[in-house]
Amino acid sequence: MYIKRSDGRGFDELRKIEAKVGVVKSANGSAMFRIGDTIAIAAVRGPRDLYPKFMQNPKSGILRCNYNMMSFSVDERIRPGPSRRSREISLVTENALLPAVDLEEFPNAVVDVFVEIVQADAGTRCAGICAASLALADAGIPMRDMVCAISAGKVGGKILVDLDKFEEDYEGGSTDMPVAFLPRRNEISLLQLDGGMKKDEIIKALELAKKSCEKILEVQRKALMEKYQHG
Amino acid sequence: MDNISKEYLIKLLEKGKRIDGRKFDEIRNIDISYDVSKHAEGSARVKFGDTEVIVGVKLEVGEPFPDKLDEGTIIVGAEMLPLSSPDFESGPPSIDSIELSRVVDRAIRESKAIDLKKLCIVEGEKVWIVLIDIYTINNCGNLQDASSLAALAALKQAKIPEYDGKNVSYKNKNEKLPLVSLPIECSITKIKDKLLTDPSLEEEKMMDARLTVGITESGEICAMQKGGKGVLTIEDVSKMIDISLKNSEKIRKLLK
Amino acid sequence: MGLIVKEKEFVIPGDVIAEGIDYLPAQDVFRDGDKIIAGQIGIVHVDNRLIKLIPLTGAYKPKPGDVVIGQVVNIGFNGWSLDIGFSNLALLSVRDGSSDFIERKSDLSRYFDFDDFLITKISNVGKGNLIDLTMKGQGLMKLQDGIIIDVSPSKVPRIIGKQGSMITLLKELSGCKINVGQNGKVWISGEDFEKVIEAIRLIERESYLSGLTEKIEKLLGGK
Repeated sequence: MYIKRSDGRGFDELRKIEAKVGVVKSANGSAMFRIGDTIAIAAVRGPRDLYPKFMQNPKSGILRCNYNMMSFSVDERIRPGPSRRSREISLVTENALLPAVDLEEFPNAVVDVFVEIVQADAGTRCAGICAASLALADAGIPMRDMVCAISAGKVGGKILVDLDKFEEDYEGGSTDMPVAFLPRRNEISLLQLDGGMKKDEIIKALELAKKSCEKILEVQRKALMEKYQHG
Repeated sequence: MDNISKEYLIKLLEKGKRIDGRKFDEIRNIDISYDVSKHAEGSARVKFGDTEVIVGVKLEVGEPFPDKLDEGTIIVGAEMLPLSSPDFESGPPSIDSIELSRVVDRAIRESKAIDLKKLCIVEGEKVWIVLIDIYTINNCGNLQDASSLAALAALKQAKIPEYDGKNVSYKNKNEKLPLVSLPIECSITKIKDKLLTDPSLEEEKMMDARLTVGITESGEICAMQKGGKGVLTIEDVSKMIDISLKNSEKIRKLLK
Repeated sequence: MGLIVKEKEFVIPGDVIAEGIDYLPAQDVFRDGDKIIAGQIGIVHVDNRLIKLIPLTGAYKPKPGDVVIGQVVNIGFNGWSLDIGFSNLALLSVRDGSSDFIERKSDLSRYFDFDDFLITKISNVGKGNLIDLTMKGQGLMKLQDGIIIDVSPSKVPRIIGKQGSMITLLKELSGCKINVGQNGKVWISGEDFEKVIEAIRLIERESYLSGLTEKIEKLLGGK
């Protein structure tokens, strides 16, 4: 039974969050999002010309996401280059952000979103999505809502949010459920589950995740204000 | 991200001016941060003006090369991330990133900056492999020198994990990586007959040629690479080496 | 009901600005049911019943009548394609290339060549964001001997100033020729161009603070 969290947090408590907007100067928009020891950088380039031409959509711009982990971001070095895992995460990231953006003004164009993980301690895809949402807003891409993501789950029988690496690998049983919300409308745009949970546990975890996303939204707001309110 | 026509750039150069107001042999402001990624054995972020790179060092146990059975090995890789420039595309490493990594490698290897014999675990069987991975974060020119300096900064702080003969324990790192010298790389571009140190992005795009010079602490040249599609004269090379000798000392001081 | 957020408040995408049917969405905001929502980062501005955002960021959105600075990237039979920093290239047809008559089969590069910078006007924005340009008009011409810098399109009004007051000040104090495109490209030509660049970056950073004119006068030192 997981009685107390390894770092002393409450079960509904998030690790310390830090966010900064505009970290890649030459990009249209960019942000760094850090939660605990997980650090993600996101940069947006576009709207810009899309090649090959057959990928162009005459009715709307398209969103293209690329998630990548730096080789030294984890203990056991990751061989550079896309893996099946990183490609799947690129896809779910894209699907998490798509409902929030409106690209009808940019037919035939592409908005590229790049997520790089500098340091990993679980929850990387969620940190990447939070950073990407900030970068899209920074780039001035028309958006219906921000996107906030957090992992929820069950560790040693306890429902909690924001699993760190220790909890992800917990020997007494761990289920990881990354979720992303469009906070204003409470719509879920990312949902995955890895492990074993009952339905009522999932619902409880989703409610916890929703509350966490409200906190994340305020961090994102502060980060945007910091860049834009100073001139 | 300033655009300028080549003719105007040359006119400015004739007047002794660079777009950002620097002198021809002046380097931009350099910023070094250590330990930017804690799972790496060593890591650093370096900025030359707005150009930014992150480098991480990982150590793995592997087999030595058949002709150097008592030495560890170095492998340098670079990714010019598409997030860092509108000109970089996703995909396998471009030829530019391969050149970048090989030139960084050359200075470290030829100057014997790492005491590879100390990285031998069991002669002929097991050695430490030093994997240096370069990631570009923002390209405003001269990724070469920024990457080289970041690699050194990452190596300088690097510690060797514990190895019990079977498994590497990445959580326990005590011994410092045997970095015994600091080879510094300086790149100088040639536009018409003008030699410009630490080229900005516009200067790089309009250069005739570039020379990267790797210099050891004793003032010896351990590596050189002529880049670009143009040509250099012997006099150019002589002048470029002189400028590099001077500037490498300034840069090396920042590491100490 | 009514305004949820105050005038001049900073909002981010998804923020509810107003509820009810009293207000109409004008620019960079949209209606969702009975709510008016922010579609960008911006400052809320209410004009009678119209709610719009003063955007603080964002890509350039081409409008007919905009004077922009573009670069020739392609020359075809019918005209030139220009990069104006938008997701699509803009087209300058032979017909609109000059007030002079251009022979049908002439070498178009003699007029405007690859990589030339032009100050040009958007005559039409068609379906699918097809942009038409014209060089017929006062002040429209090829730009030579200058440097072009990128500024955020949302800062262009501040750089131009009320009735052009800021840009006139910049020109007078620096002795440089300056042209500002609505698409966020600024062309500068002259000895002291670096000072002009510094002044423009200052305007970008401190566009909402007071005393900007005095700071610019101090920076450019009054020639």
